[in-house]
Amino acid sequence: MSPTEFPAASPAAGPTPALLTVRGLRKSFGANQVLKSVDLTVARGEVLALIGPSGSGKTTVLRCLNGLEIADGGTIEIVGAQDASHAPVVIDFARAHGSRAGVPKKALGTLRDRSAMVFQHYNLFPHKTVLENVMEGPLVVQRRPRAEVEAEALALLERVGLAEKRDSYPFELSGGQQQRVGIVRALALRPTLLLFDEPTSALDPELVGDVLRLIKELAGEGWTMVIVTHELEFAREVATEVAFVDGGTIVEHGDPREMLRNPQHERTRQFLHRLLFPF
Amino acid sequence: MTDSTWQLLLDSLWPMIQGAITGTIPLALASFAIGLVLALAVALMRLSRRSWLSSIARVYISLVRGTPLLVQLFVIFYGLPSIGVVIDPWPSAIIAFSINVGGYAAEVIRAAILSVPKGQWEAAYMIGMSHRRALTRIILPQAARVSVPPLSNTFISLVKDTSLASLILVTELFREAQQVAAFSGQFMALYLEAALLYWVICLVLSSGQGVLEKRLDRYVAH
Ligand SMILES: Nc1ncnc2c1ncn2[C@@H]1O[C@H](COP(=O)(O)OP(=O)(O)OP(=O)(O)O)[C@@H](O)[C@H]1O
Ligand SMILES: [Mg+2]
Repeated sequence: MSPTEFPAASPAAGPTPALLTVRGLRKSFGANQVLKSVDLTVARGEVLALIGPSGSGKTTVLRCLNGLEIADGGTIEIVGAQDASHAPVVIDFARAHGSRAGVPKKALGTLRDRSAMVFQHYNLFPHKTVLENVMEGPLVVQRRPRAEVEAEALALLERVGLAEKRDSYPFELSGGQQQRVGIVRALALRPTLLLFDEPTSALDPELVGDVLRLIKELAGEGWTMVIVTHELEFAREVATEVAFVDGGTIVEHGDPREMLRNPQHERTRQFLHRLLFPF
Repeated sequence: MTDSTWQLLLDSLWPMIQGAITGTIPLALASFAIGLVLALAVALMRLSRRSWLSSIARVYISLVRGTPLLVQLFVIFYGLPSIGVVIDPWPSAIIAFSINVGGYAAEVIRAAILSVPKGQWEAAYMIGMSHRRALTRIILPQAARVSVPPLSNTFISLVKDTSLASLILVTELFREAQQVAAFSGQFMALYLEAALLYWVICLVLSSGQGVLEKRLDRYVAH
Protein backbone atom coordinates (compact mmCIF):
# COMPACT_ATOMS: atom_id res chain seq x y z
CA MET A 1 0.00 0.00 0.00
CA SER A 2 2.68 2.46 -0.90
CA PRO A 3 1.27 5.73 -2.19
CA THR A 4 2.51 4.88 -5.67
CA GLU A 5 0.00 2.04 -5.81
CA PHE A 6 -2.72 4.59 -5.21
CA PRO A 7 -2.49 7.39 -7.72
CA ALA A 8 -4.83 9.29 -5.45
CA ALA A 9 -2.19 9.72 -2.82
CA SER A 10 0.90 10.18 -4.92
CA PRO A 11 2.65 13.47 -4.36
CA ALA A 12 2.22 16.10 -7.02
CA ALA A 13 5.05 16.85 -9.38
CA GLY A 14 6.29 20.39 -9.03
CA PRO A 15 4.70 22.88 -6.65
CA THR A 16 1.98 21.31 -4.50
CA PRO A 17 -1.36 22.82 -5.41
CA ALA A 18 -4.18 22.88 -2.90
CA LEU A 19 -6.00 19.56 -2.79
CA LEU A 20 -8.76 20.93 -0.62
CA THR A 21 -9.97 24.50 -0.48
CA VAL A 22 -12.78 25.52 1.84
CA ARG A 23 -14.11 29.07 1.78
CA GLY A 24 -16.65 30.73 4.02
CA LEU A 25 -18.24 27.48 5.15
CA ARG A 26 -21.32 28.09 7.28
CA LYS A 27 -23.61 25.68 9.09
CA SER A 28 -26.41 26.15 11.59
CA PHE A 29 -28.49 23.66 13.51
CA GLY A 30 -31.73 25.52 14.10
CA ALA A 31 -30.80 28.77 15.78
CA ASN A 32 -27.36 27.46 16.74
CA GLN A 33 -24.81 28.76 14.25
CA VAL A 34 -22.10 26.14 14.59
CA LEU A 35 -19.83 27.17 11.72
CA LYS A 36 -19.68 30.92 11.18
CA SER A 37 -17.18 31.09 8.37
CA VAL A 38 -14.51 28.48 7.97
CA ASP A 39 -11.66 28.81 5.48
CA LEU A 40 -9.03 26.15 4.98
CA THR A 41 -6.61 24.95 2.37
CA VAL A 42 -4.79 21.67 2.46
CA ALA A 43 -2.10 20.95 -0.10
CA ARG A 44 -1.50 17.49 -1.47
CA GLY A 45 0.44 15.41 1.03
CA GLU A 46 -0.21 17.82 3.86
CA VAL A 47 -1.63 16.93 7.24
CA LEU A 48 -3.89 19.50 8.84
CA ALA A 49 -4.63 19.10 12.53
CA LEU A 50 -7.79 20.76 13.87
CA ILE A 51 -7.72 21.55 17.55
CA GLY A 52 -10.17 23.46 19.66
CA PRO A 53 -12.55 23.27 22.60
CA SER A 54 -15.51 20.95 22.79
CA GLY A 55 -18.47 22.18 20.77
CA SER A 56 -16.37 24.53 18.64
CA GLY A 57 -17.43 22.82 15.42
CA LYS A 58 -14.47 20.56 14.55
CA THR A 59 -16.56 17.48 13.92
CA THR A 60 -19.04 19.53 11.92
CA VAL A 61 -16.24 20.72 9.61
CA LEU A 62 -15.17 17.12 8.95
CA ARG A 63 -18.74 16.00 8.40
CA CYS A 64 -19.24 18.75 5.83
CA LEU A 65 -16.07 17.63 4.07
CA ASN A 66 -17.47 14.10 3.81
CA GLY A 67 -20.95 15.17 2.73
CA LEU A 68 -22.49 13.77 5.92
CA GLU A 69 -23.64 17.28 6.69
CA ILE A 70 -24.72 19.83 4.10
CA ALA A 71 -23.40 23.32 4.75
CA ASP A 72 -25.63 26.39 4.54
CA GLY A 73 -23.13 28.48 2.66
CA GLY A 74 -19.58 28.65 1.38
CA THR A 75 -17.69 26.45 -1.05
CA ILE A 76 -15.66 23.27 -0.91
CA GLU A 77 -13.24 22.51 -3.71
CA ILE A 78 -11.53 19.16 -3.89
CA VAL A 79 -9.03 17.92 -6.43
CA GLY A 80 -8.90 14.29 -7.46
CA ALA A 81 -6.04 12.12 -8.60
CA GLN A 82 -3.86 13.55 -11.28
CA ASP A 83 -5.38 12.10 -14.39
CA ALA A 84 -7.92 14.11 -16.32
CA SER A 85 -10.92 12.07 -15.22
CA HIS A 86 -10.38 13.43 -11.75
CA ALA A 87 -10.79 17.12 -12.41
CA PRO A 88 -11.38 19.35 -9.42
CA VAL A 89 -14.97 19.84 -8.30
CA VAL A 90 -16.31 22.88 -6.55
CA ILE A 91 -19.45 22.65 -4.48
CA ASP A 92 -21.19 25.91 -3.80
CA PHE A 93 -23.54 25.74 -0.84
CA ALA A 94 -25.00 29.19 -1.43
CA ARG A 95 -28.37 27.77 -2.43
CA ALA A 96 -28.23 24.62 -0.34
CA HIS A 97 -29.83 25.97 2.85
CA GLY A 98 -28.49 22.90 4.57
CA SER A 99 -30.44 20.53 2.34
CA ARG A 100 -29.16 17.90 -0.05
CA ALA A 101 -31.66 19.08 -2.65
CA GLY A 102 -29.85 22.41 -3.00
CA VAL A 103 -26.53 20.87 -4.02
CA PRO A 104 -25.65 19.33 -7.40
CA LYS A 105 -25.90 15.61 -6.77
CA LYS A 106 -22.93 14.67 -8.91
CA ALA A 107 -20.57 17.12 -7.25
CA LEU A 108 -21.66 15.98 -3.81
CA GLY A 109 -21.11 12.38 -4.87
CA THR A 110 -17.61 13.26 -6.03
CA LEU A 111 -16.85 14.93 -2.70
CA ARG A 112 -18.03 11.84 -0.85
CA ASP A 113 -16.02 9.58 -3.15
CA ARG A 114 -12.83 11.53 -2.73
CA SER A 115 -12.90 11.80 1.04
CA ALA A 116 -13.04 8.98 3.55
CA MET A 117 -13.63 9.30 7.24
CA VAL A 118 -12.30 7.49 10.29
CA PHE A 119 -14.77 7.85 13.13
CA GLN A 120 -14.17 8.49 16.80
CA HIS A 121 -16.18 5.40 17.73
CA TYR A 122 -14.95 3.36 14.73
CA ASN A 123 -18.51 2.62 13.52
CA LEU A 124 -17.52 -0.72 12.04
CA PHE A 125 -20.40 -2.83 10.74
CA PRO A 126 -20.96 -5.31 13.57
CA HIS A 127 -22.70 -7.89 11.39
CA LYS A 128 -19.81 -8.13 8.96
CA THR A 129 -16.39 -9.67 9.40
CA VAL A 130 -13.26 -7.56 9.35
CA LEU A 131 -12.62 -8.43 5.71
CA GLU A 132 -16.25 -7.77 4.76
CA ASN A 133 -16.10 -4.40 6.50
CA VAL A 134 -13.10 -3.43 4.41
CA MET A 135 -14.45 -4.83 1.14
CA GLU A 136 -18.00 -3.52 1.39
CA GLY A 137 -17.34 -0.10 -0.15
CA PRO A 138 -14.97 -1.09 -2.95
CA LEU A 139 -17.05 -4.14 -3.85
CA VAL A 140 -20.66 -3.07 -3.40
CA VAL A 141 -20.47 0.66 -3.97
CA GLN A 142 -17.51 1.04 -6.31
CA ARG A 143 -18.22 -2.27 -8.04
CA ARG A 144 -14.57 -3.15 -8.48
CA PRO A 145 -13.64 -6.75 -9.29
CA ARG A 146 -13.77 -9.04 -6.26
CA ALA A 147 -10.34 -10.60 -6.73
CA GLU A 148 -8.66 -7.23 -6.91
CA VAL A 149 -10.62 -5.81 -3.98
CA GLU A 150 -9.92 -8.82 -1.81
CA ALA A 151 -6.20 -8.83 -2.59
CA GLU A 152 -5.97 -5.15 -1.77
CA ALA A 153 -8.02 -5.50 1.42
CA LEU A 154 -5.84 -8.34 2.62
CA ALA A 155 -2.67 -6.41 1.82
CA LEU A 156 -3.98 -3.46 3.82
CA LEU A 157 -4.95 -5.67 6.76
CA GLU A 158 -1.57 -7.35 6.57
CA ARG A 159 0.13 -4.02 6.81
CA VAL A 160 -1.72 -3.03 10.00
CA GLY A 161 -1.03 -6.47 11.47
CA LEU A 162 -4.61 -7.70 11.34
CA ALA A 163 -4.55 -10.17 8.45
CA GLU A 164 -5.24 -13.09 10.77
CA LYS A 165 -8.35 -11.30 12.06
CA ARG A 166 -9.93 -11.21 8.62
CA ASP A 167 -12.79 -13.51 9.62
CA SER A 168 -13.36 -12.06 13.08
CA TYR A 169 -16.31 -9.87 13.91
CA PRO A 170 -15.68 -6.38 15.29
CA PHE A 171 -16.81 -7.32 18.80
CA GLU A 172 -13.95 -9.80 18.95
CA LEU A 173 -11.36 -7.04 18.50
CA SER A 174 -9.88 -4.53 20.93
CA GLY A 175 -10.68 -0.87 20.43
CA GLY A 176 -7.26 -0.25 18.90
CA GLN A 177 -7.72 -3.12 16.47
CA GLN A 178 -11.18 -1.89 15.56
CA GLN A 179 -9.85 1.56 14.84
CA ARG A 180 -7.08 0.13 12.66
CA VAL A 181 -9.78 -1.71 10.71
CA GLY A 182 -11.63 1.61 10.53
CA ILE A 183 -8.55 3.17 8.97
CA VAL A 184 -8.13 0.28 6.56
CA ARG A 185 -11.79 0.55 5.58
CA ALA A 186 -11.19 4.21 4.71
CA LEU A 187 -7.97 3.47 2.79
CA ALA A 188 -9.64 0.71 0.78
CA LEU A 189 -11.97 3.31 -0.71
CA ARG A 190 -8.91 4.86 -2.41
CA PRO A 191 -9.77 8.38 -1.33
CA THR A 192 -7.74 11.46 -2.04
CA LEU A 193 -8.41 12.91 1.38
CA LEU A 194 -8.49 11.12 4.72
CA LEU A 195 -10.52 12.59 7.56
CA PHE A 196 -9.98 11.55 11.17
CA ASP A 197 -12.30 12.61 13.97
CA GLU A 198 -10.47 12.17 17.27
CA PRO A 199 -9.35 8.71 16.18
CA THR A 200 -7.89 7.76 19.52
CA SER A 201 -10.10 9.50 22.04
CA ALA A 202 -12.29 6.44 22.61
CA LEU A 203 -9.29 4.17 23.17
CA ASP A 204 -7.70 2.95 26.36
CA PRO A 205 -4.42 4.80 26.83
CA GLU A 206 -2.25 1.77 26.13
CA LEU A 207 -3.92 1.28 22.74
CA VAL A 208 -3.50 4.86 21.53
CA GLY A 209 0.11 4.43 20.41
CA ASP A 210 -0.54 1.80 17.74
CA VAL A 211 -3.19 3.89 16.05
CA LEU A 212 -1.19 7.13 16.17
CA ARG A 213 1.84 5.32 14.79
CA LEU A 214 -0.21 4.05 11.86
CA ILE A 215 -1.52 7.53 11.09
CA LYS A 216 2.00 8.88 11.28
CA GLU A 217 3.15 6.24 8.80
CA LEU A 218 0.36 7.20 6.43
CA ALA A 219 1.41 10.83 6.70
CA GLY A 220 4.94 9.78 5.82
CA GLU A 221 3.67 8.01 2.72
CA GLY A 222 2.15 11.18 1.37
CA TRP A 223 -1.52 10.81 2.27
CA THR A 224 -3.41 14.07 2.60
CA MET A 225 -5.28 14.22 5.87
CA VAL A 226 -7.38 16.39 8.12
CA ILE A 227 -7.24 15.21 11.72
CA VAL A 228 -9.28 16.45 14.64
CA THR A 229 -7.24 15.66 17.71
CA HIS A 230 -6.55 16.56 21.29
CA GLU A 231 -3.14 14.90 21.16
CA LEU A 232 -0.95 17.98 20.92
CA GLU A 233 2.28 16.04 20.88
CA PHE A 234 0.97 14.02 17.96
CA ALA A 235 -0.17 17.16 16.14
CA ARG A 236 3.24 18.72 16.64
CA GLU A 237 4.99 15.68 15.26
CA VAL A 238 2.75 14.68 12.38
CA ALA A 239 0.85 17.74 11.21
CA THR A 240 2.25 20.12 8.64
CA GLU A 241 -0.26 22.70 9.74
CA VAL A 242 -2.42 23.14 12.80
CA ALA A 243 -5.60 25.18 12.98
CA PHE A 244 -7.30 26.31 16.17
CA VAL A 245 -11.09 26.27 15.87
CA ASP A 246 -13.24 28.21 18.29
CA GLY A 247 -16.80 29.44 18.07
CA GLY A 248 -17.25 28.17 14.52
CA THR A 249 -14.25 29.90 12.95
CA ILE A 250 -10.58 29.23 12.56
CA VAL A 251 -9.04 31.62 15.01
CA GLU A 252 -5.48 31.00 13.90
CA HIS A 253 -3.45 28.47 11.99
CA GLY A 254 0.14 27.88 11.20
CA ASP A 255 3.17 25.71 11.61
CA PRO A 256 2.50 23.27 14.48
CA ARG A 257 5.77 23.76 16.34
CA GLU A 258 5.54 27.50 16.03
CA MET A 259 1.86 27.82 16.89
CA LEU A 260 1.78 25.39 19.78
CA ARG A 261 4.79 27.07 21.35
CA ASN A 262 3.85 30.62 20.64
CA PRO A 263 0.14 31.10 19.94
CA GLN A 264 -0.80 34.58 18.75
CA HIS A 265 -4.34 34.73 20.04
CA GLU A 266 -5.44 34.89 23.62
CA ARG A 267 -8.13 32.24 23.08
CA THR A 268 -5.60 29.82 21.62
CA ARG A 269 -3.29 30.49 24.53
CA GLN A 270 -6.05 29.75 27.04
CA PHE A 271 -7.08 26.58 25.25
CA LEU A 272 -3.53 25.24 25.08
CA HIS A 273 -2.95 26.14 28.68
CA ARG A 274 -6.06 24.25 29.77
CA LEU A 275 -5.03 21.24 27.71
CA LEU A 276 -1.51 21.19 29.15
CA PHE A 277 -2.51 21.93 32.73
CA PRO A 278 -5.94 20.43 33.22
CA PHE A 279 -5.82 20.70 37.03
CA MET B 1 -62.51 -40.71 32.09
CA THR B 2 -63.98 -43.66 30.34
CA ASP B 3 -62.36 -45.81 27.73
CA SER B 4 -64.69 -44.41 25.14
CA THR B 5 -63.52 -40.88 25.87
CA TRP B 6 -59.90 -41.99 25.42
CA GLN B 7 -60.89 -43.66 22.22
CA LEU B 8 -62.58 -40.47 21.05
CA LEU B 9 -59.50 -38.39 21.89
CA LEU B 10 -57.32 -40.83 20.01
CA ASP B 11 -59.65 -40.93 17.02
CA SER B 12 -59.91 -37.15 16.86
CA LEU B 13 -56.15 -36.62 17.20
CA TRP B 14 -55.36 -37.27 13.57
CA PRO B 15 -58.08 -34.99 12.16
CA MET B 16 -56.90 -32.24 14.48
CA ILE B 17 -53.27 -32.69 13.48
CA GLN B 18 -54.43 -32.63 9.89
CA GLY B 19 -56.30 -29.43 10.68
CA ALA B 20 -53.06 -28.00 12.02
CA ILE B 21 -51.04 -29.13 9.02
CA THR B 22 -53.47 -28.06 6.33
CA GLY B 23 -55.10 -25.15 8.16
CA THR B 24 -53.45 -23.55 11.19
CA ILE B 25 -49.84 -23.73 10.06
CA PRO B 26 -50.19 -22.64 6.42
CA LEU B 27 -52.62 -19.94 7.47
CA ALA B 28 -50.17 -18.61 10.04
CA LEU B 29 -47.17 -18.87 7.69
CA ALA B 30 -48.85 -17.18 4.75
CA SER B 31 -50.33 -14.40 6.89
CA PHE B 32 -47.04 -13.84 8.66
CA ALA B 33 -45.06 -13.65 5.44
CA ILE B 34 -47.46 -11.20 3.83
CA GLY B 35 -47.87 -9.33 7.12
CA LEU B 36 -44.10 -8.87 7.48
CA VAL B 37 -43.75 -7.37 4.02
CA LEU B 38 -46.64 -5.07 4.83
CA ALA B 39 -45.12 -4.24 8.21
CA LEU B 40 -41.76 -3.33 6.68
CA ALA B 41 -43.48 -1.01 4.24
CA VAL B 42 -45.57 0.56 7.00
CA ALA B 43 -42.55 0.94 9.27
CA LEU B 44 -40.60 2.70 6.51
CA MET B 45 -43.59 4.95 5.80
CA ARG B 46 -43.85 5.71 9.49
CA LEU B 47 -40.15 6.70 9.52
CA SER B 48 -40.43 8.74 6.34
CA ARG B 49 -39.76 12.44 6.47
CA ARG B 50 -42.85 12.99 4.30
CA SER B 51 -45.48 13.72 6.87
CA TRP B 52 -48.42 12.44 4.82
CA LEU B 53 -46.80 9.01 4.42
CA SER B 54 -46.03 8.91 8.09
CA SER B 55 -49.62 9.91 8.94
CA ILE B 56 -51.12 7.17 6.80
CA ALA B 57 -48.92 4.64 8.54
CA ARG B 58 -49.81 5.99 11.95
CA VAL B 59 -53.56 5.75 11.28
CA TYR B 60 -53.19 2.23 9.93
CA ILE B 61 -51.26 1.06 12.97
CA SER B 62 -53.72 2.73 15.29
CA LEU B 63 -56.72 1.14 13.54
CA VAL B 64 -55.22 -2.34 13.60
CA ARG B 65 -54.19 -2.15 17.22
CA GLY B 66 -57.31 -0.38 18.38
CA THR B 67 -59.87 -2.86 17.05
CA PRO B 68 -60.42 -6.54 17.92
CA LEU B 69 -59.02 -9.07 15.48
CA LEU B 70 -62.36 -10.90 15.49
CA VAL B 71 -64.10 -7.72 14.37
CA GLN B 72 -61.52 -7.23 11.60
CA LEU B 73 -62.13 -10.78 10.46
CA PHE B 74 -65.91 -10.37 10.48
CA VAL B 75 -65.81 -7.08 8.62
CA ILE B 76 -63.90 -8.75 5.81
CA PHE B 77 -65.85 -12.00 5.64
CA TYR B 78 -69.39 -11.04 6.69
CA GLY B 79 -69.29 -7.27 6.17
CA LEU B 80 -67.79 -6.82 2.73
CA PRO B 81 -70.40 -8.98 0.93
CA SER B 82 -73.04 -6.40 1.82
CA ILE B 83 -71.18 -3.91 -0.35
CA GLY B 84 -70.80 -6.50 -3.06
CA VAL B 85 -67.34 -7.81 -2.22
CA VAL B 86 -67.49 -11.53 -1.55
CA ILE B 87 -64.26 -13.20 -0.48
CA ASP B 88 -63.87 -16.90 0.32
CA PRO B 89 -63.04 -17.99 3.87
CA TRP B 90 -59.38 -18.77 3.27
CA PRO B 91 -58.43 -15.55 1.51
CA SER B 92 -60.56 -13.60 4.00
CA ALA B 93 -58.63 -15.12 6.88
CA ILE B 94 -55.27 -14.49 5.22
CA ILE B 95 -56.19 -10.87 4.47
CA ALA B 96 -57.40 -10.20 8.00
CA PHE B 97 -54.40 -11.84 9.69
CA SER B 98 -51.91 -10.18 7.32
CA ILE B 99 -53.36 -6.76 7.99
CA ASN B 100 -53.22 -7.48 11.70
CA VAL B 101 -49.59 -8.65 11.65
CA GLY B 102 -48.79 -5.67 9.44
CA GLY B 103 -49.91 -3.31 12.18
CA TYR B 104 -48.22 -4.99 15.13
CA ALA B 105 -44.98 -5.95 13.40
CA ALA B 106 -44.62 -2.45 11.90
CA GLU B 107 -44.07 -1.02 15.35
CA VAL B 108 -41.56 -3.74 16.17
CA ILE B 109 -39.63 -3.13 12.96
CA ARG B 110 -39.73 0.62 13.39
CA ALA B 111 -38.31 0.36 16.90
CA ALA B 112 -35.65 -2.07 15.67
CA ILE B 113 -34.56 0.29 12.87
CA LEU B 114 -34.38 3.17 15.34
CA SER B 115 -32.31 1.05 17.71
CA VAL B 116 -29.44 0.81 15.21
CA PRO B 117 -26.92 3.50 16.17
CA LYS B 118 -26.78 6.59 13.96
CA GLY B 119 -23.09 5.93 13.39
CA GLN B 120 -24.03 2.91 11.29
CA TRP B 121 -25.92 5.13 8.84
CA GLU B 122 -22.98 7.50 8.78
CA ALA B 123 -20.44 4.77 8.13
CA ALA B 124 -22.64 3.46 5.33
CA TYR B 125 -22.87 6.92 3.76
CA MET B 126 -19.15 7.39 4.31
CA ILE B 127 -18.31 4.37 2.16
CA GLY B 128 -20.54 5.88 -0.52
CA MET B 129 -23.83 4.04 -0.04
CA SER B 130 -27.17 5.51 -1.01
CA HIS B 131 -29.96 5.68 1.56
CA ARG B 132 -31.60 2.59 0.13
CA ARG B 133 -28.42 0.56 0.09
CA ALA B 134 -27.50 1.65 3.60
CA LEU B 135 -30.93 0.50 4.71
CA THR B 136 -30.84 -2.89 3.05
CA ARG B 137 -27.21 -3.85 3.60
CA ILE B 138 -26.33 -2.20 6.88
CA ILE B 139 -29.37 -1.17 8.90
CA LEU B 140 -31.98 -3.88 8.26
CA PRO B 141 -29.66 -6.83 8.96
CA GLN B 142 -28.90 -5.32 12.35
CA ALA B 143 -32.54 -4.42 12.94
CA ALA B 144 -33.50 -7.99 12.05
CA ARG B 145 -31.42 -9.32 14.91
CA VAL B 146 -33.14 -7.02 17.37
CA SER B 147 -36.59 -7.83 16.10
CA VAL B 148 -36.38 -11.63 16.25
CA PRO B 149 -37.64 -12.00 19.84
CA PRO B 150 -40.61 -9.61 19.52
CA LEU B 151 -41.50 -10.89 16.05
CA SER B 152 -41.39 -14.45 17.33
CA ASN B 153 -43.93 -13.42 19.91
CA THR B 154 -46.05 -11.90 17.17
CA PHE B 155 -45.87 -15.15 15.24
CA ILE B 156 -46.76 -17.28 18.24
CA SER B 157 -49.75 -15.04 18.97
CA LEU B 158 -50.75 -15.34 15.35
CA VAL B 159 -50.69 -19.14 15.47
CA LYS B 160 -53.11 -19.05 18.37
CA ASP B 161 -55.22 -16.31 16.78
CA THR B 162 -55.77 -18.42 13.66
CA SER B 163 -58.29 -20.38 15.76
CA LEU B 164 -60.59 -17.43 15.14
CA ALA B 165 -60.70 -18.46 11.49
CA SER B 166 -62.93 -21.35 12.56
CA LEU B 167 -65.64 -18.71 12.99
CA ILE B 168 -65.54 -17.93 9.27
CA LEU B 169 -65.63 -21.60 8.38
CA VAL B 170 -61.94 -22.20 7.67
CA THR B 171 -61.04 -25.79 8.42
CA GLU B 172 -58.18 -25.72 10.85
CA LEU B 173 -57.22 -27.34 14.14
CA PHE B 174 -59.87 -25.75 16.31
CA ARG B 175 -62.72 -26.23 13.85
CA GLU B 176 -61.91 -29.94 13.73
CA ALA B 177 -62.14 -29.97 17.53
CA GLN B 178 -65.42 -28.11 17.49
CA GLN B 179 -66.95 -30.51 15.01
CA VAL B 180 -66.02 -33.63 16.93
CA ALA B 181 -67.11 -31.97 20.16
CA ALA B 182 -70.50 -30.99 18.82
CA PHE B 183 -71.01 -34.46 17.42
CA SER B 184 -69.97 -36.35 20.56
CA GLY B 185 -70.88 -33.89 23.29
CA GLN B 186 -67.40 -34.32 24.87
CA PHE B 187 -66.58 -30.62 24.95
CA MET B 188 -64.15 -30.61 27.87
CA ALA B 189 -62.03 -33.46 26.60
CA LEU B 190 -61.81 -32.23 23.02
CA TYR B 191 -61.16 -28.58 23.78
CA LEU B 192 -58.43 -29.58 26.22
CA GLU B 193 -56.96 -31.75 23.52
CA ALA B 194 -57.01 -28.80 21.14
CA ALA B 195 -55.36 -26.61 23.79
CA LEU B 196 -52.65 -29.24 24.25
CA LEU B 197 -51.96 -29.31 20.52
CA TYR B 198 -51.66 -25.52 20.34
CA TRP B 199 -49.33 -25.65 23.29
CA VAL B 200 -47.09 -28.22 21.61
CA ILE B 201 -46.94 -26.13 18.44
CA CYS B 202 -45.99 -23.05 20.44
CA LEU B 203 -43.31 -24.93 22.35
CA VAL B 204 -41.77 -26.07 19.09
CA LEU B 205 -41.88 -22.50 17.79
CA SER B 206 -40.27 -21.12 20.95
CA SER B 207 -37.36 -23.51 20.64
CA GLY B 208 -37.08 -22.55 16.97
CA GLN B 209 -36.85 -18.95 18.11
CA GLY B 210 -33.95 -19.87 20.39
CA VAL B 211 -32.08 -21.52 17.53
CA LEU B 212 -32.66 -18.54 15.26
CA GLU B 213 -31.45 -16.10 17.89
CA LYS B 214 -28.31 -18.11 18.44
CA ARG B 215 -27.60 -18.14 14.72
CA LEU B 216 -28.05 -14.39 14.48
CA ASP B 217 -25.99 -13.88 17.61
CA ARG B 218 -22.75 -14.89 16.04
CA TYR B 219 -21.63 -11.30 15.71
CA VAL B 220 -22.75 -10.07 19.10
CA ALA B 221 -20.70 -10.12 22.28
CA HIS B 222 -22.11 -12.31 25.04
N1 LIG C 1 -26.87 17.11 14.25
C1 LIG C 1 -26.83 18.14 15.09
N2 LIG C 1 -27.96 18.76 15.48
C2 LIG C 1 -27.94 19.82 16.31
N3 LIG C 1 -26.83 20.34 16.83
C3 LIG C 1 -25.66 19.78 16.48
C4 LIG C 1 -25.60 18.66 15.61
N4 LIG C 1 -24.31 18.30 15.44
C5 LIG C 1 -23.59 19.18 16.19
N5 LIG C 1 -24.39 20.05 16.81
C6 LIG C 1 -23.95 21.17 17.69
O1 LIG C 1 -22.94 21.84 17.02
C7 LIG C 1 -21.94 22.29 17.92
C8 LIG C 1 -20.59 21.86 17.43
O2 LIG C 1 -20.54 20.45 17.43
P1 LIG C 1 -19.27 19.64 16.96
O3 LIG C 1 -19.60 18.22 17.17
O4 LIG C 1 -18.90 20.06 15.60
O5 LIG C 1 -18.18 20.13 17.98
P2 LIG C 1 -16.71 19.57 18.23
O6 LIG C 1 -15.79 20.71 18.07
O7 LIG C 1 -16.46 18.38 17.38
O8 LIG C 1 -16.76 19.17 19.75
P3 LIG C 1 -16.07 17.93 20.52
O9 LIG C 1 -14.66 18.31 20.78
O10 LIG C 1 -16.85 17.83 21.79
O11 LIG C 1 -16.22 16.71 19.66
C9 LIG C 1 -22.32 21.75 19.26
O12 LIG C 1 -22.93 22.80 19.99
C10 LIG C 1 -23.33 20.68 18.97
O13 LIG C 1 -24.27 20.59 19.99
MG1 LIG D 1 -16.20 16.34 17.80
